[in-house]
Parts: sequence; structure tokens; C-alpha cells
Amino acid sequence: MIQLAFEHQITAHCENGVASNLLKNKGLDISEPMVFGIGSGLFYVYLPFLKVNHAPGLSYRPAPGWIFNRLAKRLGLKIKRQKFSDKKKAQHVLDENLRRNIPCGLQVGVYHLPYFPEDYRFHFNAHNLVVYGKEGDQYLISDPTMEKVHRLSEPELEKVRFSKGVLAPRGHIYYPIYIPPTIDWEKAIKKAIKKTCNDMLAPVPIVGVRGMRMVARAIRKWPAKVGVKKANYYLAQMVRMQEEIGTGGGGFRYIYSAFLQEAGKKINHPELLGFSEEMTHIGDLWRDFAVEASRVYKKRSNHEDVYEKLSADLLHLADLEEAFFKRLKQVV
Amino acid sequence: MKKSEVPQDNGRVFEKGSRELYYAVDENGEYTTALSTGWDAKNIVQDHTMQEIQERIDTARAGVKAGHVSPIVYFMELRRMDWQIVSDYTGIWKWRVKRHAKPAVFERLSDKTLKKYAEAFEISINELRNYKGN
Repeated sequence: MIQLAFEHQITAHCENGVASNLLKNKGLDISEPMVFGIGSGLFYVYLPFLKVNHAPGLSYRPAPGWIFNRLAKRLGLKIKRQKFSDKKKAQHVLDENLRRNIPCGLQVGVYHLPYFPEDYRFHFNAHNLVVYGKEGDQYLISDPTMEKVHRLSEPELEKVRFSKGVLAPRGHIYYPIYIPPTIDWEKAIKKAIKKTCNDMLAPVPIVGVRGMRMVARAIRKWPAKVGVKKANYYLAQMVRMQEEIGTGGGGFRYIYSAFLQEAGKKINHPELLGFSEEMTHIGDLWRDFAVEASRVYKKRSNHEDVYEKLSADLLHLADLEEAFFKRLKQVV
Repeated sequence: MKKSEVPQDNGRVFEKGSRELYYAVDENGEYTTALSTGWDAKNIVQDHTMQEIQERIDTARAGVKAGHVSPIVYFMELRRMDWQIVSDYTGIWKWRVKRHAKPAVFERLSDKTLKKYAEAFEISINELRNYKGN
């Protein structure tokens, strides 16, 4: 039996969690919010032409792997990444790493994950977990979105590592191989915050606050355009993307607030603390949006009115965030 | 969100023996973490999503029974897949998968082709071939 000294810690989001847990294991004490913030994890993109689970695509974060890659670039870390076409080889490399005392991050699909609740088992391929040991044919799994550790058999792990569909993981394995002796936190934090401001203010109609406005205009038309039934389904998917496992609530706004607070203290930049407080309030308004949306399913309310209200709420959020990121950009 | 406001409305994750982590502020305005058993707003949209999925499955089942579509459509819905995902798992082009969704075409499929579908849906060839929508 191999069991590496690895501390499992539950986090809100899988990719940040794996990054934070792997780096802590390598001796770099970094919290999940710091990983998320320095990796410029806050994002918004609307992809109406791409249907995900039969609803328009919407994401509150950048593409999988980007957060950890940006973090690595800004802190000067080196990460080894490998993908495979051969399943046997993928397992061999993992086993070899465990023998060499290296806990490994893996990208997996969630549909076949036995310990996931039935309600969350979709063909979503950008989940992340850590393998930190093996006993017989059972791998020891630290899934950062779970309170406890789990086990997966060889065939079970192979299945999730080689799930198919959009963003198929193809056995993707990764782990940090180098951490620099000194890190310029101030430079990394400022650069990361600038990037997030630029992303959220991007002059692209489907991205950032402009994307939010586009969604706001679209949802107002949904009931008439696609019918109330489909509109309600689209809305449910929207709220799920915003609030479900991994976002830490409010479409990642709370994690980002936690980052701003921690960063402000770390580099002695008290203005960031005020921004943290403000972002917390914006997060609360996103939560209110989710509550408002959930009312659609409860009573036989006038759906046109509810969608009008949601649309107005989202436009208001876009205005608040536009002002927020413009001011934030000025102080870093 | 304040730490004291982190919702504890038992949801699906909790039913499976885990909780979710939130970042929230304590009485002094300091960020900290708290575990949540679930949130009503999420439970509602989650239940709605599950209902819609079940409806899709029921429609596919009725379609097979009436002879409008082949069992491939039913198992695709049952496994929460779409045409593209079926195509990715079977290695069969999407337009061919759609053709195989016609009962008349499905009847003539070879065991070799059926096997690809059966593996993707994690069932036996016989289960796939003999599914009548009952």
C-alpha cells in the first residue's frame, strides 16, 4: 500500500482546491481564494450558440486549467502536465508517480463518479481531484469538493479519466515540480487583479459586464421566444452555473472577496479591504437574484413580470460591477 | 454573506454524506469558511432540472413504444447524453447516430455497431436491441 503524506482539505471549487492542496503539500502555503484571485479566476462569458445540457452556455470562470496556469506564471511555479491516448500508459504514469511520492492532480468527468450525488452527475469533464495513494487496486482520492476522502478502483478511475465529450480529459495528469525560493506577491497580485478588471470590462459583447447585459436582454425575451417551459429550464441552468458546487456561492463573488481581503493584508494595501467589502455586497445581490429566479418554479406567477424583474436585476448587477472594476483598476 | 447566514437547507450533496464550503464574513468582517448542507433556492432549481430530465426520458420511452424512435434515443436520454456525446463515446459520426435513431435503420444494425452503443450506455446488446419502451 502506498499512502503519501497529503492533507485533504475541502474547498469550494475543484481546480482551486486541487492547486491549493498540491501546493501546500509541496511547501507553499496558499489558500484557495489566493489561488483563485492570482489565477484571475473571476470571469463571465455567455455562449448562446453553444448548448450545454440543452441550455445556452454560460460560464462564471475561465476555461479549465487556466486558473492554475496563470497562477503558475505569476508566481514562477512550474507544473508538469501530460495527456494520453493510451489508457494503460496513463495508469502506469500515475502509479509510477505515486511510487515516487508525488500526489497527482487529475482532470476527470463527473458523470461516472460513484460518490457524486445523482443530481450532479452530468457529462461535465472539467472536474479535478488528487490521487494521493493506492491500496491493492483502489486509488485513494482527495476530491476537494467533498468533506471526506474517497476511493476509486482502477477501472472506475480509468473511466472518469477517459470520459468523452466537450473538454474530454484524455487522462490529463498534472503536479507542481518547482516552487521558487522567493515570490514577489505584490507584483503577482496586482497583475492578477488588473487582468480580472480587463476581463470583466472587455470590449467583447459576450464577455464580462457586457456579457451580463446581453444575458439580461436575452432572458427578458425567453418566455415569448422559446416558451415558458423552456425559459424556466434555461433559467434553472443559469442559477445552477452560478450557485452549484464549486462557485462558493454568488458566482464566485465571495471567493473573490475573500481573496481581495487576504491580498490587501498580505501586501499592505488597505484599499483592497474596502473593495472586498463591496464585492461581498455584490455577491449578496447575486444570491438575491438566485432566490428571485427560484420563485418562478413555486407559484403560478406572471412569468413575463418575473423575467422582466430578473432582467432588471441583472442589468443592475452589470452596472455595479462595471463601476467596481473600473475603480479597482485605478488603485492597483 | 455573514457566516451566520450560510444556509443549512438540506440538499442533495448532504443526502450523499457531504457538505459544501462557503466563504463568509464573521462578526468582525473577517473572511472565514463555513460548511453548508444546502440551500432552498438551489434545491428548487435542481429539482426542476431533474423533472425536465425525467420528462425527456419519458418522452423518449413513449417514442420507442410508439415506434417513432429507436432505443438509442431512450438510452441517450437516460444517460443524460446528447447526439454529440453519444457520437464521442461510440466513435460513430453524429449524422449516423441520428440515422440509427430511426427504428427501421436500427433494426438492420450489425452486432458490431450495436456493441458500440451498448458499451457507451453500459448495457448489454440484448437489452439495447430488445428495449420496447415498456
